[in-house]
Amino acid sequence: MKKFVLAAAMAVLSGPAFAQAYPARPITMIVPFAAGGPTDIVARVVAEPMSKTLGQTIVIENVAGAGGTTGITRAAGAPADGYMIMMGHMGTHGAAPALYPNLKYDPTKDFAPVGLAAGTPIVIVGQKNHPANNLKEFIDWAKKQGDKSNHAHAGVGSVSHSTGILLNSLMGTKPTFIPYTGTGPALNDMMSGQVDYMTDQIVNVVSQVQAGTIKAFAIATPARSPALPNLPTTKEAGLPEYEVSAWNAIFAPKGTPADVVAKLNDALVKSLDDAGVKKRMDDLGAVMPQGAERSSAALQKLVESEVARWTPVLKAAAAAAK
Amino acid sequence: MDLFSNLAQGFGVAFTLQNVFLCFIGCMIGTLVGVLPGVGPVATIAMLLPITFGLDPTGALIMLAGIYYGAQYGGSTTAILVNIPGEATAVVTTLDGHQMAKQGRAGVALGIAALGSFFAGCVATIFIAALGQPLTRLAQLFGPAEYFSLMVMGLVFSTVLARGSIFKALLMVFLGLLLDTVGTDLETGQERMTLGIQQLSDGVDFAPLAMGIFGFAEIIRNLENPEARDVVRGKIGRLLPSLSDIRQSVKPVLRGTFIGGLLGILPGNGAVLGPFASYTIEKKLAKDPSRFGKGAIEGVAGPESANNAGAQTAFIPLLTLGIPPNAVMALMVGAMTIHGIIPGPQVMTKNPDLFWGMIASMWIGNAMLVIINLPLVGMWVKLLKVPYRLMFPAILIFCCIGIYSINNSAEDVYFTAFFALVGYVLIKLGYEPAPMLLGFVLGKLMEEKLRQALILSRGNFMTFVERPISGVLLAVAVLMLIVALLPSINKKREAAFQE
Repeated sequence: MKKFVLAAAMAVLSGPAFAQAYPARPITMIVPFAAGGPTDIVARVVAEPMSKTLGQTIVIENVAGAGGTTGITRAAGAPADGYMIMMGHMGTHGAAPALYPNLKYDPTKDFAPVGLAAGTPIVIVGQKNHPANNLKEFIDWAKKQGDKSNHAHAGVGSVSHSTGILLNSLMGTKPTFIPYTGTGPALNDMMSGQVDYMTDQIVNVVSQVQAGTIKAFAIATPARSPALPNLPTTKEAGLPEYEVSAWNAIFAPKGTPADVVAKLNDALVKSLDDAGVKKRMDDLGAVMPQGAERSSAALQKLVESEVARWTPVLKAAAAAAK
Repeated sequence: MDLFSNLAQGFGVAFTLQNVFLCFIGCMIGTLVGVLPGVGPVATIAMLLPITFGLDPTGALIMLAGIYYGAQYGGSTTAILVNIPGEATAVVTTLDGHQMAKQGRAGVALGIAALGSFFAGCVATIFIAALGQPLTRLAQLFGPAEYFSLMVMGLVFSTVLARGSIFKALLMVFLGLLLDTVGTDLETGQERMTLGIQQLSDGVDFAPLAMGIFGFAEIIRNLENPEARDVVRGKIGRLLPSLSDIRQSVKPVLRGTFIGGLLGILPGNGAVLGPFASYTIEKKLAKDPSRFGKGAIEGVAGPESANNAGAQTAFIPLLTLGIPPNAVMALMVGAMTIHGIIPGPQVMTKNPDLFWGMIASMWIGNAMLVIINLPLVGMWVKLLKVPYRLMFPAILIFCCIGIYSINNSAEDVYFTAFFALVGYVLIKLGYEPAPMLLGFVLGKLMEEKLRQALILSRGNFMTFVERPISGVLLAVAVLMLIVALLPSINKKREAAFQE
């Protein structure tokens, strides 16, 4: 009883002061991946102008592990006061429930979504001597090869793993999967022709495609990318159902006050309008959310649709592997 | 010749006041974080990344690169003075470097490490400039099967790391390999032997293991008999290597530079093998191999040159292929993309100023590091004069901060404490920790490559012998093993004859 009274008194005392002053101290943003990766870069790029808008520094903390779920689990359990937020992505808030049976959070229920930051398009690439020259030929080839074809991915839980499984399930193909620990070593073996094809974020492959050391078949976005203007979209090339992007979005723990979330969303939106941020995102080949896509409600919808989309595909793939 | 005009262009870029200054700052910070155990270049570069937003890309990358190779210099200081390898590449330096410090030759060890590194850095710079492009083809020849065989060869090297029994060393190697099986399975994503501890889902980290087993355990052992420690403090000895020290080190430095430089090019962190390989060769070539592990200067000069050469040639796959061979290089990719430069084969033609400027800055950076480090040798050595009762809590605190900063995780600190106990027990039982760390460093990659190679060959083990490079590497490994075992066979024969 005593404890309860104390807690209630604290809540009364701190409540109004808190609402007026937010943010009164630096905010921590958990990035659930190692520094230097695509998600980390997006976080650092948007956090800088956000800090200016909020008048408080946003400190990036990298807590990597278990496909990003380690960091998200920790951030989800933080006090819901807006001082610990996180940069989630397609994996942590879409694919994770299907991949990690012991996941300690529910992407659709345990968060207060702040807003979408950016999406990086997925590109289908193959080794440079690949017999196919366009997506149609590639699909025919993959069907004919069956398990003789070698499909590389960057590790279970990675973007290239989930998007790769989706691609095969749409093409109706069952290749032999070659797992790597990261895009780098997978690309290396693709350049030397040891593996046949993979899917990955445009930023990881654009330079290799431009240099001709690997071949690109299609980009899985509604519109072509300025970084690879000659590359057709999956819609143009004949696989319209394959439309995926590795999106990054900011979340706060569930129960974060609505006005705090609104302030964070406002700062994020201002950051996305910043000319410097726009230029860096363009350089990354990232697609920025526009208009209504930037709201907290839109992010909640996205998470729900992503979980619904990935769960059956990944579960079926896991069952097939057993 | 193209090379000279290219280098001239590079020096033109690197020698601007701003870039020289940034290079200096990078080297300074790098040395500092290298010396502090645990605080590695990865955490530092990540923290400083936003600060570089305001700089032009070339200047930013020059500074970040400076932090990276500066940390390699600084790391050897900690390995020599307090027997803590901050990075996988410094493990070997602890073997003879710390023994030298115990004999009052800390200054000499630090000096030769700095000079050897400087030489290796200079050669590696020219190496990158002249051969970067053709050498990438070598990297392309290495598929999963070749890597696996290379790692097998590396493990055979490990037998010579032992100070005592080869049998015990092999046991430790296998313990290291077994520790690597903890964590998420590569193919299925299932957790293996994690005991339900979430922090173990990505396996055991190198830093907590190395710092616990080497650093903390060493401290516990020192506390056991403080008198012995005080004797070490009494002797400082000369600060810089004498002429005969240098004469002894010339060849190891040359060999170390060559081996380290070559292995550094391989994507997949071949650089970690460099110091081990160099140590192996020096011990094999030495007239009296029994000096190794007891403060042989060759055991510091060779591996230190190898790790610096490897650290630098590791830029080759990044700059020419766009493929980062290790975590720091992955961070450099991030730094480049943040500045709008996507690393890859085209950096050289699209951003020649950046490419050649960075290479030229490496030479300037190496020169600066010697200038920063040599005068500091005296200061570092004086640190040994600090009473141990003041020094060990400081080491412990810095280690804990360092370990915490890697993943911002308190659990990692607990793991370090656990490994400290394990390390202490191992020391008491007479098991050397170095071979275990080598096994650990190679194990993860070995498993990955073994499985990739076997999936690619659809389960055919012959792939390791049929592929020429892989076959040759395995043959060398077998040969090495025979050479290593022959003396003991011979001895037994002699013993038999005497009876």
